[in-house]
Amino acid sequence: MSSSTNTPTHHTSTIGSIGAPSRRNTELALLVFAVVIPVFAYANVGLAIDDKVPTGLLSYGLGLGLLAGVAHLVVRKFAPYADPLLLPLATLLNGLGLVVIWRLDQSKLLQSINQAGNAAPRQLLYTALAIALFVVVLIFLKDHRVLQRYTYISMVGALVLLLLPLVPGLGAELTYGAKIWISVAGFSIQPGEFAKIVLAVFFAGYLMVKRDALALASRRFMGLYLPRGRDLGPILVVWAISILILVFETDLGTSLLFFGMFVIMLYVATERTSWIVFGLLMSAAGAVGVASFEPHVQTRVQAWLDPMHEYTLSQAGVQDGVVHSEQAMQALWAFGSGGTLGTGLGQGHSELIRFAANSDFILATFGEELGLAGVMAILLIYGLVVERGIRTALAARDPFGKLLAVGLSGAFGLQVFVVAGGVMGLIPLTGMTMPFLASGGSSVIANWALIAILIRISDTARRPAPAPAPNPDAEMTQVVRP
Amino acid sequence: MSELTLTVMRLGFLAVLWLFVIVAVQVIRSDLFGTRVTQRGSRRDANRPQQAARQTAPPPQRQQAAPSTGGRQRRGAPTKLVVSEGTLTGTTVALQGQTISLGRAHDSTIVLDDDYASSRHARIYPDRDGQWIVEDLGSTNGTYLDRTRLTTPTPVPLGAAIRIGKTVIELRK
Repeated sequence: MSSSTNTPTHHTSTIGSIGAPSRRNTELALLVFAVVIPVFAYANVGLAIDDKVPTGLLSYGLGLGLLAGVAHLVVRKFAPYADPLLLPLATLLNGLGLVVIWRLDQSKLLQSINQAGNAAPRQLLYTALAIALFVVVLIFLKDHRVLQRYTYISMVGALVLLLLPLVPGLGAELTYGAKIWISVAGFSIQPGEFAKIVLAVFFAGYLMVKRDALALASRRFMGLYLPRGRDLGPILVVWAISILILVFETDLGTSLLFFGMFVIMLYVATERTSWIVFGLLMSAAGAVGVASFEPHVQTRVQAWLDPMHEYTLSQAGVQDGVVHSEQAMQALWAFGSGGTLGTGLGQGHSELIRFAANSDFILATFGEELGLAGVMAILLIYGLVVERGIRTALAARDPFGKLLAVGLSGAFGLQVFVVAGGVMGLIPLTGMTMPFLASGGSSVIANWALIAILIRISDTARRPAPAPAPNPDAEMTQVVRP
Repeated sequence: MSELTLTVMRLGFLAVLWLFVIVAVQVIRSDLFGTRVTQRGSRRDANRPQQAARQTAPPPQRQQAAPSTGGRQRRGAPTKLVVSEGTLTGTTVALQGQTISLGRAHDSTIVLDDDYASSRHARIYPDRDGQWIVEDLGSTNGTYLDRTRLTTPTPVPLGAAIRIGKTVIELRK
């Protein structure tokens, strides 16, 4: 392919032969590494708790290895030029999550209050389902540009998914926390996790068409481009919807995630900083406004501003009609007792967080048992996933793929920020879960689907020689025009 | 289990975790620079005789940039297509003998997001001598090579601007 000599009289033509390597073997090596680390952690937890290598080590290691192997083979077959890092990074996070969930299962305290016990096998089952969905997406989504056809269907789908928890009878009746679950046939599902992906498809398709109007028609004022009033329509609508989510589902995280994702994509599509400024102002105004009258949001804000106060009230069992939460304080203590290097896996006491210790607060367990060093590594791994997503967006050759990759990785990063920030006390707590780490089926399934779409886009973007356009008479005939 | 073993395991685990992060970053590094280094090396090799030629005789150098004149062609062959203006600025496609289609259609090699582009606007392909040809596919607003509107398939000189709507494309070494 590099040089073709037709006849001796013609000189050799060198047409760039620097083919991008497929990097599948790099991926495989990293993947083996990513399976070995959780197995090591698993043995470590067993040794620390029971003084012996846990009996499930082999089956657990084989299970994770098998799932990773299947995913790798499918990528090798159906997306040979995909980014080599996305799959190993996701596998490592998922594996570490499984280990820590299993470690919290061993806690007598959590078993006694029915907060844990057999969460790890269930999570492994969900992971298997998630890998199955990953495989299905990679096999059936041959080209991400197909998704562009479903722009407005995605909008309707996302709205339906977002509103499902509010449907009477479908929404899970939970007295605590946010109304973001639905229960179907005994399973509770968090539709917001799936809405994230569907919404990214809609935003990408919509902004690709409308971005010129949003970017060009604007006045300059104090160094900022002010959009025309009528162009503010879409951002106002998305803002209103996210405020409605905040009011009716009382979940700051979901509403922040959707609005933030829209602002990120709007910024990337139009290259106008003013959208970021507007977005920040609007979300701040919305959050403050809603927090002033919504009791559940108020409790969260209260627990954020003064976790110690809430803790003492909760310990004293004060009944003043307001639910007091000690979790925020417990999580901070968990991080504090971890220190720099942590207490070691299986040797912390993060089960004292009790409620949601293995889902919303799983990062606190990492903070206690792996310390600052471990949490930094985990956050870096999340950062690398986002970086690969953005890199994919840069390499993509079509605007839709660019926007979709930015939207998906932006939503992923934003979710990590919202959860980690909540657990660490930077922002009020939300009802979202750490992608891949936390116990919960919807989260792990949706995020594997997200990774599958990113892998598909990166495969298209990094493929060295795009398939020649079908033109059978290309070189044979000369088009003669009058 | 002794305290010592557990401490060693604890620190060992953190070390392994960080090792993974470092290896991952190394992979990114090779991803960013690996291919470019080889490209740069080969380009330097290709440039060296040219620089020598430039010092001795500048006029032939100019001639080289002009469309295929026999022996000059091999050195002047472009290796990549670069979008230099428009929404896709910075996008490059390695030229490997494949036909590159341009247009708003989703299956184009380079999907133009441009109101002035037709869905199948133009294509760029190598002829049998390896000379790259640009052909307008009956677009509404036309394809321009430098300032002239294309009516027939035309050879593309190195570095000449192909303009489609707001997008400008050129072939580079």
